Amino acid sequence: MSNTITFSIDGKEIECKAGRTILDAAEENGIYIPRLCHRKGVSPHGSCRVCTVIANGKPMAACTTPVTPGMVVENDAEEVTAMRKAIIEMLFVEGNHFCMFCEKSGNCELQALAYRFGIAAPRYPYLFPHREIDFGHPDVFIDHNRCILCARCIRTSREIDGKEVLGFVERGPRKKVAANAEHGLRETEIAVGDEAMAACPVGALMPKHVGYQVPIGKREFDHEPIGSDIEKEAKASTK
Amino acid sequence: MSKPKIATASLAGCFGCHMSLLDIDERILDLVELVDFDKSPINDLKKFTGKVQIGLIEGGCSTDENVQVLRDFRRHCEILISVGDCATQGGIPAMRNTVPLLECLEEAYCNGPTVYNPSGAIPNDPEVPLLLDKVYPCHEVVKIDYFLPGCPPSADTLFQAIVALLKNEPVDLPYELIKYD
Repeated sequence: MSNTITFSIDGKEIECKAGRTILDAAEENGIYIPRLCHRKGVSPHGSCRVCTVIANGKPMAACTTPVTPGMVVENDAEEVTAMRKAIIEMLFVEGNHFCMFCEKSGNCELQALAYRFGIAAPRYPYLFPHREIDFGHPDVFIDHNRCILCARCIRTSREIDGKEVLGFVERGPRKKVAANAEHGLRETEIAVGDEAMAACPVGALMPKHVGYQVPIGKREFDHEPIGSDIEKEAKASTK
Repeated sequence: MSKPKIATASLAGCFGCHMSLLDIDERILDLVELVDFDKSPINDLKKFTGKVQIGLIEGGCSTDENVQVLRDFRRHCEILISVGDCATQGGIPAMRNTVPLLECLEEAYCNGPTVYNPSGAIPNDPEVPLLLDKVYPCHEVVKIDYFLPGCPPSADTLFQAIVALLKNEPVDLPYELIKYD
């Protein structure tokens, strides 16, 4: 088979089809590489850098880097974990993430990654930026306090829902997701059933009227760390 | 040999973390076997009797008085622990951090829709603690040795962490005991 290539992750030999990204190839082999901005089914973005691995000696985003033959990837390494923790802690201090009353708590991927890495408190000073909430739409709202600029909603809305309702505006610390309309979300075609709604990893793009539906103890990440499903599949298939 | 001492305080918190400590139920009998309580709202002791081994801080720093109490704890405690989301992150009181302090006070004492305050004055008595410009998590004010997040941290989290420290073991909490809500 000429289109199969071999590479290694943490010393483990892995075969995959040519053209696969490191993240996809790892996942197909039961290795979870933590990620935030990446979402199955939409084009990779490579912006959050949580999936950073050391590929042939260089830190690379696993979601955008294709595997090359003989590539040596380090995923479960002290240096890599330290970088990922730093990124997650920075995401916490640069927004306003009040988990104690957030509807997404327990199902939030940012929070789940912090749990997985055992982060009890970020090492950086909190910025407490002033951010707006777009609450004008009858069924949907955007809370920019919680937004981590992963662009999952933007890409999912364009590529899967086929709508042009969201995009980035401004630059640097003022960069934010904005509705493609003069007066915010209420003038767009966004709907509560859109796949974009399910794409938000945090509590930024949220449906109205349905907060706190799942009780504590039954939420997605209450008992098992994020990525456990991928790792479990691998264990089950090797048995 | 006398028992190690433990002290607790609630700064800009809601006492929920102290309630969670009481939530260890009958294990509190085990705890009093292991420790004596020094300065704490639990026994209403207002002043430190000397050095203590473990200090538990609930709440962040919202006023000058909070900062004084926190520094007093740092001076007296060998191990100082931030307990709960307010101590570790600022929490609910830190929601005011995105609004300038004067605007907060004017909303509370002058402009709020339910305010009745004919004089329009903002309280400024020397007896009232002075508000800081922002609410600060404890580790931005003094060195904190351990963090137990949660709103509140569960009774199991508190009990396991305290017992581990008293037994000189590492505070290695399982996945389910580190939560932010």
